[in-house]
Amino acid sequence: MTNHWIDLQHSDCILIMGSNAAEHHPIAFKWMLRGKEKNGTRLIHVDPRFTRTSARCDYHVPLRSGTDIAFLGGMINYILSSDKYFKDYVVNYTNASFIVAEDFGFNDGLFTGYDKDKKKYNKETWVFEKDFSGNPKKDPSLNHPRCVFQLLKKHYSRYTLEKASSITGVSKEDLMKVYTDYGSTGTGTRAGTICYALGWTHHSTGTQNIRTMAMIQLLLGNIGICGGGVNALRGEPNVQGSTDHCILYGNLPGYLKMPQASHVSLEKYLKKYTPVTNDPQSPNYYQNYPKFYVSFLKSLFDDKGTPENEFGYSWMPKLDDGVPYSLMHLFDAMYKGTVKGLFSVGTDPAVSSPNANKVRKALEKLDWLVSANIFDNETCSFWKGPGVDPKKIKTECFLLPASASMEKEGSQTNSGRWVQWKYKAAEAPGEAIPVGEMFIKIIGAVQTLYAKEGGINSEPILNFKCDYHDRSGNFVALEAAKQINGYFLRDTVIKDKVFKKGQLVPTFGMLQDDGSTCSGNWLMAGSFTAGGENNMTKRGKDDPTGLGLYPNWTWAWPVNRRILYNRASCDINGRPYNPKRKLLEWTGEKWVGDVPDGGWAPMADKQNGKYPFIMKADGVGSLFGPGMAEGPFSEHYEPYESPLSKNPLSSQLNNPALHVFDNDMDQTASGSEKFPYVCTTYSCTEHWCSGALTRWQAWLLEMQPEAYIEISENLAQEKGIKNGERVKVSSARGFVKCVAMVTKRFRPFLVEGRTVHQVGLPFNYGWLFPEDGGDSANILTPSVGDANTHCPEYKAFMVNVTKV
Amino acid sequence: MDVTRRGFLTISGAVGSGIALSSLGINLNPTKAYANELNKMNRVRTAKQVTTVCCYCAVGCGLICSVDKVTGKIFNIEGDPDHPVNEGSLCAKGAGFFDLTEANKYRLRKVLYRAPKSDRWEEKDWNWAFARIARLVKDTRDKDFITTNSKGQIVNRTESIGHLGSSNVDSEECWLMSVISRAMGLVYVDHQARV
Amino acid sequence: MKGSEIVQLIDTTLCTACRGCQVACKQWNENPGLRTKNWGSYQNPPDLGWNTWTLVRFQEYVDSKGTLKWLFRKDGCMHCTDAACVKVCPSGALYHTEFGTVGLNSSLCIGCKECIAACPFDVPRYHQETDKVLKCDFCYNRLKGNELPACVKSCPTGALSIGRKDAMIEKAYRRVKQLGGDANVYGDKFVGGTHLIYVLGEKPEVYDKLPTRPAVPLTIIAWKDWLKPLSLIASGGVVVGAFLHYLTHGPKDTGGDGDQTDQGGGK
Repeated sequence: MTNHWIDLQHSDCILIMGSNAAEHHPIAFKWMLRGKEKNGTRLIHVDPRFTRTSARCDYHVPLRSGTDIAFLGGMINYILSSDKYFKDYVVNYTNASFIVAEDFGFNDGLFTGYDKDKKKYNKETWVFEKDFSGNPKKDPSLNHPRCVFQLLKKHYSRYTLEKASSITGVSKEDLMKVYTDYGSTGTGTRAGTICYALGWTHHSTGTQNIRTMAMIQLLLGNIGICGGGVNALRGEPNVQGSTDHCILYGNLPGYLKMPQASHVSLEKYLKKYTPVTNDPQSPNYYQNYPKFYVSFLKSLFDDKGTPENEFGYSWMPKLDDGVPYSLMHLFDAMYKGTVKGLFSVGTDPAVSSPNANKVRKALEKLDWLVSANIFDNETCSFWKGPGVDPKKIKTECFLLPASASMEKEGSQTNSGRWVQWKYKAAEAPGEAIPVGEMFIKIIGAVQTLYAKEGGINSEPILNFKCDYHDRSGNFVALEAAKQINGYFLRDTVIKDKVFKKGQLVPTFGMLQDDGSTCSGNWLMAGSFTAGGENNMTKRGKDDPTGLGLYPNWTWAWPVNRRILYNRASCDINGRPYNPKRKLLEWTGEKWVGDVPDGGWAPMADKQNGKYPFIMKADGVGSLFGPGMAEGPFSEHYEPYESPLSKNPLSSQLNNPALHVFDNDMDQTASGSEKFPYVCTTYSCTEHWCSGALTRWQAWLLEMQPEAYIEISENLAQEKGIKNGERVKVSSARGFVKCVAMVTKRFRPFLVEGRTVHQVGLPFNYGWLFPEDGGDSANILTPSVGDANTHCPEYKAFMVNVTKV
Repeated sequence: MDVTRRGFLTISGAVGSGIALSSLGINLNPTKAYANELNKMNRVRTAKQVTTVCCYCAVGCGLICSVDKVTGKIFNIEGDPDHPVNEGSLCAKGAGFFDLTEANKYRLRKVLYRAPKSDRWEEKDWNWAFARIARLVKDTRDKDFITTNSKGQIVNRTESIGHLGSSNVDSEECWLMSVISRAMGLVYVDHQARV
Repeated sequence: MKGSEIVQLIDTTLCTACRGCQVACKQWNENPGLRTKNWGSYQNPPDLGWNTWTLVRFQEYVDSKGTLKWLFRKDGCMHCTDAACVKVCPSGALYHTEFGTVGLNSSLCIGCKECIAACPFDVPRYHQETDKVLKCDFCYNRLKGNELPACVKSCPTGALSIGRKDAMIEKAYRRVKQLGGDANVYGDKFVGGTHLIYVLGEKPEVYDKLPTRPAVPLTIIAWKDWLKPLSLIASGGVVVGAFLHYLTHGPKDTGGDGDQTDQGGGK
């Protein structure tokens, strides 16, 4: 989230799209509802299904799964053609005025530079024209035919009301209702925000779904302001922390990049990822990248990492250039026999991964599987799953009992980036221990073996600093937390202030690239004070701005900033656009309010002033975004499995940059009569994710006891299915049996002149427990993913439903 | 008077004698002695109060665990009324947080091992498990380690071991898993944030 | 009594059916969750039970303008001033507390089920194993400890609140006025006024299992005022109670655990 939970109440209009906030984030929804009751916030829910969220919003608009870009593209068209954008913001704080290279173009669903064979773009034309000093050429009048603004206008002019309606299945009236309500926030004094979740990420165009909305937010001047922002309602307790620490193939803690094979030296690697700008007004904060990365290496290898050995850079694993190693790729490699051992910690991929039958087959090919969890699950026990003969499974399996959340000390980061410390309330049952302890003991045992026997590239293992335990070997989270924050490795003087060796680094601005500091994750620098006080434990309730920022309640990254890009809440002179919700204000000497995105003067000061989007090399928000795999603007493509055989907007049916798996278990069926119904998957309030924790809890299971599919009354009538009857749901990959819930809350869509039915089922169930609860909805889902992130397309695929 | 004040009004002072009557677990007997029912409030008052954070969605609601000072067991968990986000309230999953504690009979309590081709779990001790896991990691890693790729570039990685998880452990644990995986040379490293 | 009367206001128009209340109730009162079936509805257990003292009812409804609504109503003991259950209870297990709510002292319950037959809201439930009747007691122990009932404390949206009777009734009418349309206050006008009142978004007759004109059966008034004194003189009240029950209600099956999958209702 750019903003935070409490801030939602300050919005004038909240678009909940790709999220079922009331069911999956009930306490977040409280703040939206409080806005509605106290501040007149307009609540809009756009979702294929009428849910508990829809029930409490001002209105619900049903849309066919996988057509969000068509819906939002129509909104961009409305905003631009009706002059609803916030011009001051767009001109100053975005790249709307930048002139795009002459040979950039778009034709029939494809941008320039597409390589059909590689299914990849060459992005050479996705660039700006540069002036004599190397900075992008600009036309602040926004009239130049090749400025981003004009290209944007042209691109989305194709998303007419008729077209958007025909693709999405939303009536023109409903589209206009949302467009006008949301478009009304394009002024300095009104705020609109988007609350999305997996309903946007789980698509083959997931990243572009979010980007399209980010563009809308920039056009309406809604980023960096109180009640605005782009807010991902994240769905796991510490998914923000786990993402920040990057248990992700492409990143290292703090979103640093995993080195690739072509980065043959530390110098080459740092050069690649340290952006440069010639614009003196752009802070270009990532110019500090080398400080963050070297400090990271120092946190791993301590005094074993030296300038002479590139601080250990060469020991670290490198990815092959451009090759993804995501979850779906992992299971594909496992299915092919490449991956032989797996650590599966606090996760249940046999239920939660797409194409679960393939995942389960892949697990059978493992030599060993180490699982850690608080309950058994379908992954740990895959060897006794349905249709599996244990006698034929060679895999050695370990199931390690873990402490639950309240049985250990440590921090959890919420979606608003609040890093909250929690305490140990009781001992874990039996022999259960924290996952952190398991891992320091596993690496300890591995170190012992390498010390004794030697082995290939043993340096990163033997030199890995791993003393985060007490004398009895118990994990001490506080010690790891300090390592993550970072400290000075020798006495250092910064701006006349002396920091002693061993003293904690109070902010990432003090990290160094010469090996004199360490920090396991630069974003977390400042979670402790230099004096060693743990800011994450704070419980102060003071609220100086009156906006619910609570600066002394725990600590938020970065540097306790509660709303990101907050300098954009003020005009170029530092005066708040909205004096009633004054997040920040420039006094002439300093910023007052939230912790500003850098203390520099506002950008009207040509000498000392800086642009507000400090993490972007050019200092502004990107309406034109060349970083994306499938285009600098978004475009509607049909889901990989779709009811249509032709894209109503172009000849390009699917995302042209998709990575498709093609082994025998990756069957798909698009535009097929065998699988005529659009299907989506979701969770419910009463369960969590795969249900691996909640199905074992009687109070929760009692409320949602078994797998079900929601189908409309129309479809039920067509198929002769009665409420509560058992049905079989099948896709090209497999089938599940479950209870039919016939409901008014799903309605058929009118798409391209014909009726399209949509159904949906929760992904919370698995064969292990409860015994008669049904199996995973992911038996149905395809292993197809977003072109940028490889996030699976769980939210739009094709099925059939028949009576059992 | 609209009672909006949430939470434990007074936590100080020992009241009554209801402490340590039952040690743990959900009492399935709905007809406890009436006096004991009244005493639950006293048990909460005299308990050690420990704050924690909910382990489901990323709203991060605050909770208070009431821990029996005699047994050291949690016997009640409710919302933290001081927490600025949830203000004491909880959804169904949060309200049922207690059922994740030791009181839940399905919690894993022992190290379990399933030998190749076996049809059952057997109990093992930690030391055996760590040693065996380390052996498997080293053998798998050393056997398939990729020092250079097809272009001759140094890559120092192993593609034969993968790591998945987790978004539901603490940040310090996440960091350790993230960096330990890399120290071992893993590249197939991913977790729930992707899905 | 009047000054200390507490009322719980359930504003159904703020409820998101998160069911925090349903679970918080079970957690505090240590009631178990039982194995259920999906019967084509989110509402589960399908009905109140000996282990389910508060239940969120789900109901799909299309109003006269054709607008789809999903109605959520937290069901449970209404804590009547004129409580039929208290009137018929022969053992004193059911009683009026100092807050005006209806308390239940299980240790005194003799399992006669008279209260089940008498309740106009179909609330008390019988537990065969222990031969006791069970229902919500408004978290009497928490109220005594100056603490909110478990359900109210858990409620995120303010759909549940408690306060002094007059203040809550005033709040309810203020809300209804603000909502307009068919919104109405339910509970203050019958059985002497309930201590759990609703703000309903639709007319009462729209809601499943919500009596539009709840009243204490005349026969119970008769029992309370004429026969109960006699019965106490006789042998413990149970025999007379059972006889009166047969006389007034016929041979009605009042409980047991029941097959929960057979129940009707919305979704």
